[in-house]
Amino acid sequence: MFSATEPASVSEPSTTSAIFGRLSWDSIPFHEPILLGTFIVVAVLGIGILAAVTKYRLWGWLWREWLTSVDHKKIGIMYLILGIVMLLRGFADALMMRAQQAIAVGGEQGYLDAHHYDQIFSAHGTIMIFFVAIPLVVGITNYVMPLQIGARDVAFPFLNSLSLWLTVAGAGLVMISLFVGEFTTAGWLNYVPVANIENSPGTGPDYYLWALQIAGLGTTLSAINMVTTVIKMRAPGMTMMKMPVFTWTALCSNVLAVAIFPALTGAFALLMLDRYVGTNFFTNDLGGNAMMYWNLVWIWGHPEVYVLILPVFGIYSEITSTFSGKRLFGYSSMVYATVVITILSYLVWLHHFFTMGSGASVNSFFGIATMVIAIPTGAKIFNWLFTMYRGSIRFELPMMWVVAFMLTFTVGGMTGVLLAVPPADFVLHNSLFLVAHFHNVIIGGVVFGLFAGMIYWFPKAFGFKLDPWWGKVGFWGWVIGYWVAWTPIYIVGLMGTTRRVRHFDDPSMQIWFVIAAIGALIILIGILGFIMSIVMGIVKRKELADTTGDPWDGRTLEWATASPPPSYNFAFTPVVQDLDAWYDMKKRGHQRPTGGYRPIHMPRNTGTGVILAGIAGVLGFAMIWYIWWLAAVSAVALFVVAIGHTFNYNRDFYIDAADVERDERERDRLAAAEA
Amino acid sequence: MATTAPTEATDPADFYVVDPDAHGHAHDSPTLLGFWIYLMSDALIFATLFATFGVLSSSYAGGPTPREIIDLPLVAINTAILLISSITYGFAMLAMGRGKLRATQAWLLVTGLLGAAFVSLEIYEFSHMIAEGATPQRSGYLSALFTLVGTHGLHVTFGIIWIVVMLVQLNQRGLHIENQRRLLCLSMFWHFLDVVWIGVFTFVYLLGYIQ
Repeated sequence: MFSATEPASVSEPSTTSAIFGRLSWDSIPFHEPILLGTFIVVAVLGIGILAAVTKYRLWGWLWREWLTSVDHKKIGIMYLILGIVMLLRGFADALMMRAQQAIAVGGEQGYLDAHHYDQIFSAHGTIMIFFVAIPLVVGITNYVMPLQIGARDVAFPFLNSLSLWLTVAGAGLVMISLFVGEFTTAGWLNYVPVANIENSPGTGPDYYLWALQIAGLGTTLSAINMVTTVIKMRAPGMTMMKMPVFTWTALCSNVLAVAIFPALTGAFALLMLDRYVGTNFFTNDLGGNAMMYWNLVWIWGHPEVYVLILPVFGIYSEITSTFSGKRLFGYSSMVYATVVITILSYLVWLHHFFTMGSGASVNSFFGIATMVIAIPTGAKIFNWLFTMYRGSIRFELPMMWVVAFMLTFTVGGMTGVLLAVPPADFVLHNSLFLVAHFHNVIIGGVVFGLFAGMIYWFPKAFGFKLDPWWGKVGFWGWVIGYWVAWTPIYIVGLMGTTRRVRHFDDPSMQIWFVIAAIGALIILIGILGFIMSIVMGIVKRKELADTTGDPWDGRTLEWATASPPPSYNFAFTPVVQDLDAWYDMKKRGHQRPTGGYRPIHMPRNTGTGVILAGIAGVLGFAMIWYIWWLAAVSAVALFVVAIGHTFNYNRDFYIDAADVERDERERDRLAAAEA
Repeated sequence: MATTAPTEATDPADFYVVDPDAHGHAHDSPTLLGFWIYLMSDALIFATLFATFGVLSSSYAGGPTPREIIDLPLVAINTAILLISSITYGFAMLAMGRGKLRATQAWLLVTGLLGAAFVSLEIYEFSHMIAEGATPQRSGYLSALFTLVGTHGLHVTFGIIWIVVMLVQLNQRGLHIENQRRLLCLSMFWHFLDVVWIGVFTFVYLLGYIQ
């Protein structure tokens, strides 16, 4: 599509290439009506938003209150906004693929050429995992975990801000690739040998590599931050076995992230060297080994799905316990199951390529290790069921998501065990059955849980609940849509249809893909329903308001403070005596202090995070387009700003006791007005 | 709230830390733990590079073999330099513990100079190999060697820059509590690079030489 960007043009020195590298007018897809149309829509929307911000003089507010904020709650909300915006992009890709496969059968070629289709399936996977699932999970962890452990912020507030903005910079590069140049065609993990320089000389794999290195650095730093926070910042009395389950799962998930992201960073760095320097790590000649790339990225890739699902298991646990009005059944078995899954997830990566030819013994080991994971996961399902058993269950929206999850996810788990059998996998490898399996567990597990979590904690973050009617539209859209969209894919996959195929010869297959496309449209209703529940929640925020801080009769410490919590979270640090600390405090006749407030020590806002991430984005763009002078300038700028930041020793301040008292009295006034 | 009204008067002190000073700042700074976790993630990047080197260590592709390119005496000298720099860093920390600013700075300077000598010798070694045609592009083995050794060298370079920054900050603020914490982190970083180098020296140079 954009073949104008061959590397040969770089070797001819000219003024234009010295200034712009391989960037030229040919890099802008004017001749692609779909992309051009999208670009115009995005540009108009973007200009509209910028104009509105300018008109209402919001730039100062945006900079002071959000972009430079180191408050874990605001950072969490910004992660969630990023995730939801990117979900719309990733889902648009999904709709395009479903439409193409529903049309392109027999003599009909559909509306997407192969190069474009390959970019779409690569972008869809990359975006959905790295820029939807990760930001949503990190966002909820960021918001909820420090509140659950009774902390005032995370261990490293500045690092938290930097992590967020690095993730945003990575997402920005992926979005730019839509309109300037191209995205990779080598799949969501940018597989070699397709991504090798001789097979993909264009900018696609480079966009992928730079976007993910920058965002991956953010994720690694965030994981280090969260682990340290859980270990060091818990309220007095909260021993490890008194931590809320969500905090436990967040801890395990982030330990796992620290353990796996370096492998991904390493693999991507080696591929960058191959593409930029001409080394021979993953090449087909001079001693390179392409399968080594697959091993390295899957050493990251398989644990990564547990990095995503573990905190979501935590969300389900909190919701089940709250809405059943009972302590979680089998708390310690839940903790041990989480830890066991964390360890086992590191030992199964090879099941992604049983067909590599590593031999029967190796395949057996990885197959059995994979199947063993089903045991602690099954224990969790039973724990949730036994928590519900004889509970007084309130079927509010979050609880509905939990039930839908248990039904959907169990099916996905069973097809997973099926795929873990190496002989079966030789038949199903790279088929649509596999694709249906991982969408089953990721949508039915991670996505359902993220919606449950966002709905559950929304009143905590904003002081009012989401609109329940539209919330139910969103729920049924997703649940029905999931089954309509993916059951046919399971069926054609079992019949042997392979993945990443743009056109089918056999007309008898068309009906399945038409059904799947209808399912995708039902999911669209689900997405719009969720967005409408936010919009209508804002419209009806007075009647949906929560002034108690505890709208669901919660059990953990985040419900002990106001909704939304003050910047310092807790006027006084809570003392924890029991698991379900807040429930225990309520039971013992909890009363809030009415005086004796003290100044509170807090971190100061800083713009360094957003500035560093901005420069990192420019560095990535310059490297992608071979604009060497700009790359050098931005690399130097990164150093100068980062080192300059270390000369700032004035990083904290005290909130006046009088201000704390004012906030707390205001909360009492609102609660009294409500009563 | 669903809780019933308390039957007896309760004291906020049952639920909250009403006097944070009484509890004291039991939580020491999380920085050292956080930095340690960062070092572990960095160790895993090195683990990835070591594994890659292991896979490619005999992928000569008809190019130079270890015996033809390794200058063992040079690398032995370099190893000694780096190990000594760890000792001198230790002296800097001892001086810091005794509150002696100038001695701390002097030992840091010595450490930085030894680090610079290490990096210079490594650059000399690399340029020599490249001049002989043993370039990173020549074979999978050489790609892995240059990347593993070079990544370590890059870390040492960052450490030297960090030492320079610390020298300036020590000049400005002396043995400020914040500066002491930074020197402790830098200390872990510097010793960590020593440990990694022992792995590099063993697997790349010694095992390569006897192959």
